[in-house]
Amino acid sequence: MKRSPTLPVIGLIGLGLVATAKASDDHIVLASTTSTENSGLFGAILPTFTEATGIQVRVVAVGTGQAFEIARRGDADSLLVHDRAGEDQFVAEGYATERADVMYNDFVIVGPGDDPAAVGEAEAIDDALQRIATAEAPFASRGDDSGTHRAELRLWQAADITPQGAWYRELGSGMGPTLNTAAAMDAYAMSDRATWAAFDNRQNLELLFEGDDALFNPYGSLLLSAERHPHIKHDLADQWHRWLLSDEGQQAIADFEINGEQLFFPNAE
Amino acid sequence: MPENDNAFQAALSLILSLDPVLLGIVTLSLQVSLSAVLVGALIGLPLGAALALWHFPGRGLAVTLLNAFMGLPPVVAGLMIYLLLSRAGPLGSLGLLFTPTAMIIAQTLLVLPIIAALTRDHIGALWEEYREQLHSLRIGRVRAMPGLLWDARFALMTVILAGFGRASAEVGAVLIVGGNIDGVTRVMTTAIALETSKGNLALALGLGLVLLGLVALVNGTAYVIGERARRRLG
Repeated sequence: MKRSPTLPVIGLIGLGLVATAKASDDHIVLASTTSTENSGLFGAILPTFTEATGIQVRVVAVGTGQAFEIARRGDADSLLVHDRAGEDQFVAEGYATERADVMYNDFVIVGPGDDPAAVGEAEAIDDALQRIATAEAPFASRGDDSGTHRAELRLWQAADITPQGAWYRELGSGMGPTLNTAAAMDAYAMSDRATWAAFDNRQNLELLFEGDDALFNPYGSLLLSAERHPHIKHDLADQWHRWLLSDEGQQAIADFEINGEQLFFPNAE
Repeated sequence: MPENDNAFQAALSLILSLDPVLLGIVTLSLQVSLSAVLVGALIGLPLGAALALWHFPGRGLAVTLLNAFMGLPPVVAGLMIYLLLSRAGPLGSLGLLFTPTAMIIAQTLLVLPIIAALTRDHIGALWEEYREQLHSLRIGRVRAMPGLLWDARFALMTVILAGFGRASAEVGAVLIVGGNIDGVTRVMTTAIALETSKGNLALALGLGLVLLGLVALVNGTAYVIGERARRRLG
């Protein structure tokens, strides 16, 4: 019989089936935001936690809106997000039993270096947004129902501006892709400080406005309800939640720096 | 776009340093995509052959649907499998979401229609050719099927490679059902998307070059095996 040419190929493919499952069962799935993952914060603090407890944290980094949805469906064991109003609602709906401050940083307005809307001279954030709207300078909005997008919409509302028109571009993308796009079309954008600091493709983009109290960006950890979803790893998630709030966890967050700049400021009580 | 030099340098240094993180990502990519192709072939080859050989009411509809599913957007396939495997979904109790198994299932859904539809084409043509002969030998459809598949094996190899191309190239499905978890469900395409979103364009393109090289390697291996077998036959 002729030797089958397909057999070696099938054998090769068969290699693919070799156990893909990993042995360690001490893990939790953490739904969190792209800013915490993309900036490298988790890469810096998770090894410390895993070493202390033996628990592996599997981070699914998505927009805050999607993170809520993942947790609501019972697909995550823990939640770390940045949308205070959404977090409180999540607790009120009974999906989480506890919400705690973990850390904060702030949002910044970035834009083309020549600053056609003179945002750099603005006194306050509503002034800065007013200048962009008046100049009808291109503004790249996340448009993805993330924590940053929700905060941006609140700021427009507080400034009494309804952003619409060709200059206001809703991208429906994460923070990084939004910055990529803003860089490519010389648009203004609002970013969390951590993603901006870790972002490598700035081209003409510069940080133009910062420091207004309204740009405060607090992150909260939510302890999910075992009543809603009995299957979640409540005990392990509880250890993670407590560790974030502990001195050790808070110190690990404070120690994380990019180019000597601290990006998240612990504020657990 | 970044300077091309940097991307090639990035690709080169990634490969030369045998970066363990990269090796893990590459291994997982191959495991997931090859598994999906294997499952897709095990179901798709007989399914496609059956659709070519048997006539039944609604066959036209089945064939049209199959052909349409060749154009299924990966992100839709991912969403369907996500809703199926989510804890709130019908198969939620299995706890498969955000695991490599979920990624294999999603990619199988993408690969299966391609393999089945193209197999139906090839086997249909062969069946037309040999039909009279097989009839005169009193060989029925069931007995003819393995022989026809075997006869078409070189063409079917290309079909399977097309399926592998679809699986290894997609990012939408594995991102949704896998979650791009570092060290657990991060594959080449999701890693490329992640590096792009961080603005590390050179590294992202470098990873893309590594992926291209891998796919070329798999295709090259299949080609060499096929050629050898053909020569032995000739």
